[in-house]
Amino acid sequence: MLDQVTNQSTSAPVATATSKLVVERVSKWFRTPHATVHALDNVSMQVAAGEVVCVVGPSGCGKSTLLDIIAGLTKPDAGHVLADGQPVTGPGPRRLVVFQEPSLFPWLDVFGNVMFGLRLCPELSNGERREIAHRYLALVGLEKFERAHVHELSGGMKQRVALARALAPDPQVLLMDEPFGALDAMTREHLYDDIQRIWSDSRKTIVFVTHNMREAACLGDRVLLMSKAPGRIVQHFEIPLPRPRSIYDVELIGHAGRVADALRGTIGGGVTE
Amino acid sequence: MKRFAIVSGFVAMLLVAWELASESGRWSPVLFPSVLSVARYLWGAMIDGTLLEAIRVTMQRLLVGYAIGVAIGLPLGVLTSSSQILEDTIGSLALGLQTLPSVCWVPFAVLWFGQTEGAMLFVVVMGTVWSVIIATNHGARTIPPIYARAARTMGSQGIHLWTMVMLPASLPFLVSGMKQGWAFAWRSLMAAEIFVTILTGFGLGQLLHYGRELNAMDQVIGAMVVIVLIGLLADRILFAPWERFLHRRWGTNAR
Repeated sequence: MLDQVTNQSTSAPVATATSKLVVERVSKWFRTPHATVHALDNVSMQVAAGEVVCVVGPSGCGKSTLLDIIAGLTKPDAGHVLADGQPVTGPGPRRLVVFQEPSLFPWLDVFGNVMFGLRLCPELSNGERREIAHRYLALVGLEKFERAHVHELSGGMKQRVALARALAPDPQVLLMDEPFGALDAMTREHLYDDIQRIWSDSRKTIVFVTHNMREAACLGDRVLLMSKAPGRIVQHFEIPLPRPRSIYDVELIGHAGRVADALRGTIGGGVTE
Repeated sequence: MKRFAIVSGFVAMLLVAWELASESGRWSPVLFPSVLSVARYLWGAMIDGTLLEAIRVTMQRLLVGYAIGVAIGLPLGVLTSSSQILEDTIGSLALGLQTLPSVCWVPFAVLWFGQTEGAMLFVVVMGTVWSVIIATNHGARTIPPIYARAARTMGSQGIHLWTMVMLPASLPFLVSGMKQGWAFAWRSLMAAEIFVTILTGFGLGQLLHYGRELNAMDQVIGAMVVIVLIGLLADRILFAPWERFLHRRWGTNAR
């Protein structure tokens, strides 16, 4: 299986020595009362420090499960994940997640939500925590909404707060699970600009799960295509475009089109490239 | 202010209608006392201290029984929400016993404890605990799991996860569970005070009971009015601030 992936790659996988994140032969089954679902089959991938890797695939292909396993929220049935060479045994603030569902805490205001993760950083003083929270809320353009209640925000603003909350404790890796899936196109395009700006400032390592090809081509250094269940990585795409990228760029649309064609191949059964 | 005026107007209208009906002479004043005679009774009972003493005795029983009921019910509700075995056993027991009107515990309590404060307390606890278990269990099952997942990625675990995430996330159902428990405790206590005759304390229910024995309708209605007022006041003082906070934060109600 590993050979197959390498053969189909448009580039060799990044060397292990510089890898921030290594996923090695991870498989996962879900047992329900009615059936056992094979969610992930022998998935391997590597992400270099400062790289943005997008994982795309048809819905139900297990890409969110893969992200959960990288985050440490779900245990794989086979294989393992290494972060900075250390095996991942559980969730922790070195790999923070922006979820698709609204995950802000309604009992805290916007500022309190960003402070939540910072309060769990024992090395920071209270003054430093406040300073960092202010800075990241300003970074996502919500400095005027620090005292707002969560339900008063629009969907896009909520995801901005979630992004600030995930960035503030300075994680090694940022994991994003279809974070903009529920937003309208205009809000999404703003957020693509924000993500690219934040990435160029911080050079965070990012794994971004999506089913939107243009989103993947816009944000990713590489795009990994997963097959339908059981999910496996069937193809790698390099996106060698300069940043910042526009979602309307013709070359970018061309790259997205190649991914989309390959995806149709996997849905039709088997990769044709 | 406008809402206050509307409420006062409504209450005044009710009192006027009552006064007119009693003065029409169609019903015996023994069975249908006027507003004034009830007010006179309440004033007299207030002056000679029987009313305040009855309120004190009743509130003391209520708070003790309610506190015990909540202290037992909340943890059991959390436990039944987290384990299928406990849900099937304690959960269904609670569901069954909650359908039993609390006044049905009175004969049981009197045979076990005699005419004592213990019997009274037992009835209140039995009236409270099952509904608290059910409301807590139901609420705990509806906490979105995403909160705990997000918190765990940020390094929250153990006591921190329970006190900083699970507890505040469960506030809406804790408050509704405790409110329901309060309503049931109040009803059970009144049943107990009417049926358990004891000399260690003379509560509002007993005021009502002896009003009937003495054919004193003004006392009966006066005690009922006080019981209603205490129920309203408890709702406003104990639960309304919490509900307002929750509605504001969760955005569940425009007001």
